[in-house]
Amino acid sequence: MADTKKLAIIASKGTLDWAYPPFILASAAAAMDMEAMVFFTFYGLPLLKKELDLKVTPTGNPAMPMKMPFGSKDFQNINWPIPNLISGNVPGFDNMATMLMKETFKKKGVATIEELREMCIESGVRFVACQMTMEVFGFEKKDFIDGVEYAGAAMYLEHAAEANISLFI
Amino acid sequence: MSEIIANRTLDCSGMNCPLPILKTKKEIDQMQSGEVLKMISTDPGSANDMSSWSNRTGHKIVGSSSEGGSYTFYIQKS
Repeated sequence: MADTKKLAIIASKGTLDWAYPPFILASAAAAMDMEAMVFFTFYGLPLLKKELDLKVTPTGNPAMPMKMPFGSKDFQNINWPIPNLISGNVPGFDNMATMLMKETFKKKGVATIEELREMCIESGVRFVACQMTMEVFGFEKKDFIDGVEYAGAAMYLEHAAEANISLFI
Repeated sequence: MSEIIANRTLDCSGMNCPLPILKTKKEIDQMQSGEVLKMISTDPGSANDMSSWSNRTGHKIVGSSSEGGSYTFYIQKS
């Protein structure tokens, strides 16, 4: 077997869509015998909460397809262009978009964020929470899942300096 | 392809990336060196993904086939 490779990821986004890449890559890396670390900072911190409440919004994101997870195949393929004026002003629009995305993921056999996070932990992925941004945004250790390490830039950089792959997400 | 005898079978049908890889790794970890795992997947990305996974982990794909959107891999634990 080849020598052990290392993956270092900074997770800086906490929406439902952007929660996927760090957990997918870290869990897959662990499954490929790599040592993976994810450093959660700024808006990535909520991904460590015991109870996840992640949302997605099409507002300001013209690349996000708005499709229905039900109905005939032709109906599901329709992309509904929603103007920001509507998506940003109609109460509950983000909740609906979130529900639609979750339903689509489920139908396509995509794991939930909770499942992927659990598999990361099981396979030894290290989770590090940025202490500084925790204090800035008022997160407390008791809000987060067990097994998280708490540190700053130096701990991430120590790992990243030895890493073969480092990603900012 | 000659018949390969599998010690275990793992059905990942309906699962999408990266689940087939994660489940395969979990299963392989519980097996003995030399044993063969038969893994079935419906994820079209899994053909290339399994090959990359095998290259990195050293567990060999000793046989594979695809039929009607279903992919079968025989993986021998290193």
